[in-house]
Amino acid sequence: MEGFAQWLGDTSASAVVQKTLWLIPLMQTIHIICVALVFSSVVMIEFRVLGYTKSGTVAETARRFVPWIFVGVVVMALTGAVLIIGEPARSLPSFEFQMKMLFLAIALVFTIMFAHSVRRHPDAWSDSSAARTAHSTLAIVALAAWCAVVIWGRWIAYTVVH
Amino acid sequence: MQQFLDYLNSLGESPVSLWIAESTWAFPALEVVHIFAISMVFGTIAIIDLRLLGLASTRRPYSEMARELLPWTWGAFFAASICGSVLILSRPAGYFENTDFRLKFACMALAGVNMLVFQFITSKNLASWDRGAPPVAAKVAGAVSILMWIGVVYFARMTGFTMVQGGV
Repeated sequence: MEGFAQWLGDTSASAVVQKTLWLIPLMQTIHIICVALVFSSVVMIEFRVLGYTKSGTVAETARRFVPWIFVGVVVMALTGAVLIIGEPARSLPSFEFQMKMLFLAIALVFTIMFAHSVRRHPDAWSDSSAARTAHSTLAIVALAAWCAVVIWGRWIAYTVVH
Repeated sequence: MQQFLDYLNSLGESPVSLWIAESTWAFPALEVVHIFAISMVFGTIAIIDLRLLGLASTRRPYSEMARELLPWTWGAFFAASICGSVLILSRPAGYFENTDFRLKFACMALAGVNMLVFQFITSKNLASWDRGAPPVAAKVAGAVSILMWIGVVYFARMTGFTMVQGGV
């Protein structure tokens, strides 16, 4: 991984990102705005699942917010890729970055499972079936994993680069 | 002005400031809580703004969304303010003199004025569009709000670059 980071850091694409002074803050701003949109969407679903908000059904809430999660993740992957190209040694070999990616994978798996489960059993909330427990569990694990992504993500900036 | 800067400098010698400066984890930990809080502030405001712009949730009554979301917006804003204040305590004078930091608060002030204008003037006829397309004035309020909050995020991020060499 360090060898790849070294190679990527020496490419002309990396030089362009580093020399274009406004590019990194702009990418980070878009990245942060997507963090806000994705995290809020996850929390909105969570609030509805836990009953903190009551309007509409869980299925409606999931339909409204799940697409924002996936669009946000795609935009974050793109802006994140530019940031990695600019400073590969800051992220790729970093333990914090690797943990962030691990928890991102977990968060995505549980979010997809939640969305799939709600789509298959949209009425699970009107009865107290096992599907309801499954939905809640998936949503809570997904939220916890998304929180971990944010925490590890912020800690990347404080990694001691060896 | 010099007196105020002296005051800020003495504030920077406070026990909390020294703790943040010496700790390896205090600053990033406060940043993480700040990020969770601003994510909720930005996200819930964006949901409302997109409704005002007629781009999302177009069939949900505006009043219902506002009633459900805005308490969380304010709660998160309060949490972000507390964390933000402690982060500022790490270098009060440095932040005060930072142009990006000032622009961030200028954007937030404009977002606040926009909110007050909407709350006390524009939304007077809310009943007539609560379940339908908002009038132009409400759309303008939504557009100004989302742009100002994007500005807040941008200048906040820039502050990280101009306060610390190389940026964090």
